[in-house]
Amino acid sequence: MLAAADVRLNTNALDFAILGVYFVVVLGVGFVAKRYIKTSLDYFLSGRSLPAWITGLAFVSANLGATEILGMGANGAQYGVATVNYYWIGAVPAMVFLGLVMMPFYYGARVRSVPEYLLMRFDKRSHLFNSWSFALATVLIAGVNLFALALVLKLLLGWPILLGIVVAAGIVLAYITLGGLSSAIYNEVLQFFVIMAALIPLTIVGLHDAGGWGGLTDKIKDTKLGEAGLHALQGTDPGAVTNPIGATWIGIVFGLGFILSFGYWTTNFAEVQRALSARDLSAGQRTPLIGAYPKLLIPAVVVIPGLIALWKIPHLGGGDADLAYNNAIPLLMNEYLPNGMLGIALTGLMASFMAGVAANVSAFNTVVTTDIVEPYIARDRDDAFYIRVGRYVTVGGIVVAIGTALIASSYQNLMNYLQALFSIFNAPLFATFIIGMFWKRMSPAAGLWGLVAGTTAALVTYVGYKWAGWFTFGSDLDESFWGAGAAFVVDAVVTVAVTLFTPAKPIEELQGLVWGMANEEDPLVAITHDRWWESPKLLGFGAIALGIVLTIIFF
Amino acid sequence: MTDQGTNGQQPDRDAGAGAETGTREALAANLFDLRRIIGGLFLLYGVVLTIVGLNDSEAEITKAAGVHINLIAGGGMLALGGSFITWALLRPLGKQLQEQEAKRDRLLAEQREEGGGAA
Repeated sequence: MLAAADVRLNTNALDFAILGVYFVVVLGVGFVAKRYIKTSLDYFLSGRSLPAWITGLAFVSANLGATEILGMGANGAQYGVATVNYYWIGAVPAMVFLGLVMMPFYYGARVRSVPEYLLMRFDKRSHLFNSWSFALATVLIAGVNLFALALVLKLLLGWPILLGIVVAAGIVLAYITLGGLSSAIYNEVLQFFVIMAALIPLTIVGLHDAGGWGGLTDKIKDTKLGEAGLHALQGTDPGAVTNPIGATWIGIVFGLGFILSFGYWTTNFAEVQRALSARDLSAGQRTPLIGAYPKLLIPAVVVIPGLIALWKIPHLGGGDADLAYNNAIPLLMNEYLPNGMLGIALTGLMASFMAGVAANVSAFNTVVTTDIVEPYIARDRDDAFYIRVGRYVTVGGIVVAIGTALIASSYQNLMNYLQALFSIFNAPLFATFIIGMFWKRMSPAAGLWGLVAGTTAALVTYVGYKWAGWFTFGSDLDESFWGAGAAFVVDAVVTVAVTLFTPAKPIEELQGLVWGMANEEDPLVAITHDRWWESPKLLGFGAIALGIVLTIIFF
Repeated sequence: MTDQGTNGQQPDRDAGAGAETGTREALAANLFDLRRIIGGLFLLYGVVLTIVGLNDSEAEITKAAGVHINLIAGGGMLALGGSFITWALLRPLGKQLQEQEAKRDRLLAEQREEGGGAA
């Protein structure tokens, strides 16, 4: 990386002051939040007291991490408009499904975590299996975020990778240990606005420079992406694939839109936790639905800069490591933004990384404390004990994440690594959840063995492709699609087979946990949410309709 | 779940009661109001960027393709920060919660009358 000095940001004292103010505010929020932490429920679920607009923005922000900003900007430069499929098909329907269909079970059962639902619906075995696999997945993902931050610090400020990782970890540690989930969620909402404040001006300047959207499309036609880079779904017919992603619409709609997307958005506790911390069921349902609207519009400030970078930065995506697609957005910031705005942009980048790490770490400390320590290791201790454990677990989680950041550093493409993790950990979980929620007969034993078999199937697909050479796929992303598919199918088949030979759970123990037996919300709580814009159905179907309209416009 | 945990499910009620009596908790609750934190940060950034934007040299404006981006972004941030602060001042946390409680109580009373005391 000899050319690193060439792309280093031209930051000055003003930019660092802007960044400094942000850190003071973030740590200040953690410090103030600390005074409110009285019970373990406060610490882990924010006392279930947050209004829907806050949890809704935190829901999106938890996902707006390093991989989202850098990865989707990179995809915008590499695949063009087709990247929007990761939003309109690959996120919004799953978010609406979580809000309308799954939240009544999660929230109605009063679970504190995703694994805890498994404990109530099935038994201790599937609970313990999932708690451990989730803890493992989360520190691996947190490591990806830490590493991505270190990568940008190295590229832009010249800091060594290891120093960057440790500094980033220290900041996240400080505010989560101080404030718990409230602090993480409050900062995520703050982060959402800071990230937007960084990306919107960048898009405005870039579009102005290119001569507006019309000017940009003309320029993109002359790049290596060409006309194909301006369409979402054109050229995805099987047998005649010309779309830059190289996938058919079947793969996009079912592989990405159904299995990977539903697996991630409906069972990843880092996301679901935001909805569980809402004030009541209605607010919990509206959390992912409110989040769906910014999600529909985020491609405008992530994919468009990617396209601008493809035209503006010569040799982007060529052999030079400094000009990798991953750097599209930082390079564009350096190209356009004067000091002042550059400081805001740097702050936005830092904020996005911390949002990702903080979401994972706060989910990790909740699951380890309430799903592993409390039920199996140290039962019936006082509340203060569990808060203390939560803080120690946070420290431990961050230390482990520093280690997993070093694993992540050995991968060429972070997005591929991340998608592989999702296929192994989330896809089988989604199969087990969806069957368990809709099939009362599904037995506790099937809960465990479905998960074990599904996880193993995805793992075998991954290892068989990556190291053992048993399978070949079109690309790493293609592998994650097939791995997720294998996990889903194997999980479902094993679940059905095991259920037929093992006893079901008594029906009276399934109240609030399965379809047709959801707990009704206290009617008095529901009554206070009778304004028309608070209707989950209206919000949900509105988001889907908007997604369809946008997809047709950019078809 | 412990007793403390059960109490912890209704911190909004406590905050509402605090706001009513104007106690230290109510003051702290308003200080901790996220709308004020977002508003304050963006007002500060807005002021800084506007000042910087007014003093931007020709070279800096040329870099941003002729867009006065510091000035425009500064103005946008002032507007965003200002609207958050206005929202927080017009509808303080304590007041919102009181209104919600009042609405719930009123509806509860209505339901009692209709149901002949069965509710």
